[in-house]
Amino acid sequence: MIHSPYVRKPVSVQRTMGLVLLALVPGIVAHALVIGAGVLVNLAISTITAVAAEALMLHLRKRPVGIAVADLSAVVTAWLVTLCFPPIVPWWLTVCAVLVAIVAVKHLYGGLGQNPFNPAMIAYCSMIVAFPALMSQWPPAGHLSFDTQLSLILGGPRDIDGITGATALDALRTGLRSGTQTVDTVLKGSAFGALGGRGWEWVSIGYVAGGLFLLAMRIITWHMPVAFIGVLAAISGLFWLVDPAGFASPLFHLASGGAMLAAFFIVTDPVSGATTPRGKLLFAGGIALIAWLIRNFGAYPEGIAFGVLLMNMCVPLLDMKTQPRVFGHRHDIEGGGK
Amino acid sequence: MIGRLFKFHGGIKPDAHKNESSGGAIRKAPLPARLVVPLRQSARAGAACIVAVGQRVLKGERIGEPEGFLGTGVHAPTSGTVAAIASCPMAHPSGLETPCVVIEPDGEDRWIEHAPFDYRAASRDEALAWLRDCGIVGLGGATFPSHVKLGRGSGIETLILNGAECEPWITCDDRLMRERAVDILAGANILRELIGARELVVGVEDNKPEAVAAMQAAAVGTPTRVVAVPALYPAGGEKQLIRVLTGVEIPYGKLGGDYGVRCFNVGTAHAVYRAFIHGEPLISRIVTLTGNCETPGNWEVAIGTPVADLLALARPKADTDRILMGGPMMGFAMPRLDVPVVKGTNCIISASPRLFPPAPPEQPCIRCTECAKACPVELQPFELYWHSRSKNFGKAQEYHLFDCIECGCCTYVCPAHIPLVDYFRFSKSEIWAREREKTAADQARERFEFRNFRQEREKAEKAAKLAAKAAETRAKLAEAGTAEAPAAADAPAAEDPKKALIAAALARAKAQKAEIQPQNTDNLSPQTQAEIADIEARRKVLEAVAATPAPQAAEAAAAPDEPRS
Repeated sequence: MIHSPYVRKPVSVQRTMGLVLLALVPGIVAHALVIGAGVLVNLAISTITAVAAEALMLHLRKRPVGIAVADLSAVVTAWLVTLCFPPIVPWWLTVCAVLVAIVAVKHLYGGLGQNPFNPAMIAYCSMIVAFPALMSQWPPAGHLSFDTQLSLILGGPRDIDGITGATALDALRTGLRSGTQTVDTVLKGSAFGALGGRGWEWVSIGYVAGGLFLLAMRIITWHMPVAFIGVLAAISGLFWLVDPAGFASPLFHLASGGAMLAAFFIVTDPVSGATTPRGKLLFAGGIALIAWLIRNFGAYPEGIAFGVLLMNMCVPLLDMKTQPRVFGHRHDIEGGGK
Repeated sequence: MIGRLFKFHGGIKPDAHKNESSGGAIRKAPLPARLVVPLRQSARAGAACIVAVGQRVLKGERIGEPEGFLGTGVHAPTSGTVAAIASCPMAHPSGLETPCVVIEPDGEDRWIEHAPFDYRAASRDEALAWLRDCGIVGLGGATFPSHVKLGRGSGIETLILNGAECEPWITCDDRLMRERAVDILAGANILRELIGARELVVGVEDNKPEAVAAMQAAAVGTPTRVVAVPALYPAGGEKQLIRVLTGVEIPYGKLGGDYGVRCFNVGTAHAVYRAFIHGEPLISRIVTLTGNCETPGNWEVAIGTPVADLLALARPKADTDRILMGGPMMGFAMPRLDVPVVKGTNCIISASPRLFPPAPPEQPCIRCTECAKACPVELQPFELYWHSRSKNFGKAQEYHLFDCIECGCCTYVCPAHIPLVDYFRFSKSEIWAREREKTAADQARERFEFRNFRQEREKAEKAAKLAAKAAETRAKLAEAGTAEAPAAADAPAAEDPKKALIAAALARAKAQKAEIQPQNTDNLSPQTQAEIADIEARRKVLEAVAATPAPQAAEAAAAPDEPRS
């Protein structure tokens, strides 16, 4: 027997995921134009791998394959994995990363909606630990021809020094740790543009545009992007004001690395993130804080992925302790589902 | 004069579909061949039958006497003959049966003598009793007895009249407000006076501009405020409307009266007006017939009219696959149509796959929190879903399961098409069932414990009695000396009250034996006596033969007695 309500809003998981993919398009276009079209090849590789892995896992788990593959969640994971990676990683690295994300992180934990960790971020972290060299080869904007990119992706010989340069975050970190340079002198280097990494600013702007689209479509709420950007700007701003020679400006932090991709697409992953309004603020703020700490004092140039995973662990606690007040329970003790 | 409006969290804006049925005036539905009037209009308002089969009744004649605290009167909707008094299926998702009075109308529709009731001349209790006897219950759907709602709470400042009608498709309150605004406000003011409220506020969703205008026109020159509230389902929920109009939030399990507000439906106010000013009990109501039908509209329907008869007036189209009672958000698909319209029936929708397509298959929850954003009670439905699914009912209650008003907003917005409300209904009924079981177990345990207690108590009482008796006996023996009853005078026996008693009893028995030697051979017929004498004679012969082993047997019989003493 079917019960009320008998009317449903015309929405679906497929529509949600489809809109997320659509929102990634401006960033991808900027990426392809400014950095190089190799990213499109990697996107194709990751998409095919993800859909195949998804279908296989659903089949092994004896779940309906068609409807679950059609929800596009695997494609979103695939695209996020690729967009976090250097655009010239060899194809097998992408395949490994996507398999880790889909098979291990998603399906071994029970499939869509069940994974406590962000699949793309586990993929990123496991690959940067396993293949640190390949994962840090970022080509400077417009430096490599598409043929070169393609050959590198297909596993061609890699002349490291010839093809890649240090990323903005990497250059800053190395420069500052050498003890001889200040932020200003480092920023005059070739890796840097007006705001952050040269060329990457445009990609970031593309992600921001997509993120604003998701906000407008009410796919994501304001809490996580605002908290992430706010905390990252606040903490970096504070140290920058105190010691401008030793710490980069908030604008640099926001425009560099994956900050904008993370703010609108990574930390906002609903499955592995906090769900209450206050929980979302704490979750995204915590990621920003951890990311900034790792960027400045950690062993890796970029710390967002580790921040996401660490905060993923806190989600059950955050959710439990930030339950919103229920209608009419104004005087209840705040916090806790009690 | 326009007060500030407040917001409640969440809410949804489904397609209203009001225009289908709101265009035409309310028409009077023809009387069916048989009216099936339930004596119990809801789970709450019960009545005892006071008519007999074959009895002639007049329109408005009372056929059911209010029963119990929440009981309200039941009346004949027209004149006619009582054809049967029997259990009939009700409009309920499970087709429950309830005792009904079946009336065959005589077509005259002749009223019983009735007169207005001057509530100003009567006491408050008398006025409430009048409402109860007129069978006035909340017509918004919950059918809560109005006299009970009016009687509770004190110091009520604001009376709110609910004309929000937020459910899609339903327009019965809309039409009533457009056509009978003056009567509604008259009834509302009677309610306001009875409750002692200072102000009267009417809340109408702003998607009913004609109703707002009609009510405002009727309120001109009075302190009554008619407020257009934003159309946002479920703004017509009592607690949501109170929140919107006054800012007061009433938690689960509390009533408006505790917070100085009280809320009545516009239809109820109209029924109150008819009851006091015209002396008419509640025997009809406005029902919206709409959906997939040729002639949607609003009808004034006699209570007890079978839904099938009523539905014929709307002429459902051929592809109608279900009939919904109530709105599409909170109503239910009727398992059968031979059930009567009751006081809470506000809408009957002909449903087709085109208008109400079946829900797509359920997908996994992705924790997108759309449900939490839509929930007017500010719950986290996905958490409740998780706990309900895993039957973790304790946790579900911690997350305020019972605050859920089952409005359906969460199910409506869920992109994974999870029927969230169904999970919550399931959890609630499971918890109720477990509580009933627990209550039954508690009662059984209480009974068992009481039985043990009683047995202990009786033992103690017996012992006390024995002790008292023993003391008494000892005293007697002490008085009488030892000569008369040597056995009882033994030292150890005197120490033990039980033994003393037994000894005393033995002594008494001996004394009695000495006086009379009752034998079962007394009072026998001469013939039997002769037979016995004959048998005795033969036995003596046998005893003489067996005389030799006799002393042994006597010893054996005596032996077991020795260690006992």
